[in-house]
Amino acid sequence: MPFLVNDPIDAARLTAEVLRPSDGAVALFVGTVRRENGGRAVERIEYSAYGEMAEEEMSTIAEELSEQFPDVRVAMRHRLGSLEVGEVSVAVAAASPHRAEAFAACRQAIEAIKARVPIWKKEFGPDGAWWVEPAEGSPPSTE
Amino acid sequence: MRVRLLYFASFRDAAGLPEEVRQLPDGTTVGELWGRLRGERPQFAAYPRMPPAAVNRRRESAERPLRDGDEVAFLPPISGG
Repeated sequence: MPFLVNDPIDAARLTAEVLRPSDGAVALFVGTVRRENGGRAVERIEYSAYGEMAEEEMSTIAEELSEQFPDVRVAMRHRLGSLEVGEVSVAVAAASPHRAEAFAACRQAIEAIKARVPIWKKEFGPDGAWWVEPAEGSPPSTE
Repeated sequence: MRVRLLYFASFRDAAGLPEEVRQLPDGTTVGELWGRLRGERPQFAAYPRMPPAAVNRRRESAERPLRDGDEVAFLPPISGG
């Protein structure tokens, strides 16, 4: 299953994809389009990507996760295109026999996606449209 | 030699096109290519340092010499999530 999708992300389906009978926990992270960013009103966001590189980077992240968390099964999706406020832009599901590893792997996955995968967002609001470009060298946003 | 140069996000807006093929002197490095782009577009010149660069979809340093047929992209600050 590719990481980048154009259709809406179904978080319940993502959960079902990773869950095995040996698991006792699934941690699910769902990122959504917020109606404001840095004090500016946001009506929608357009996501774009360097598709082939993003898929390759995601494969690398998945391999790193499976090495670090051998008992955890992780599935990740990021949506591209135009999304309205409240729509799901990204989702990570991490299933594990126990919750601690599920939470840890899920957190690590979303932070890696945000820090490393070449995806960009352009926000649109009543004030116009602008690319969101975190300052170089600044720590990854935890918002 | 010829390389394929890809533009994304704000760099695509600045370049005015999604991609182009560039003829370059043999041995041109990633950093030298960025220097050429800076000389052509004020939006690129505004960057104090070379942004992360990918050659054939892998991040590479400014010193990396380019080869005929390489796919090169300079990456504006990413903002997925």
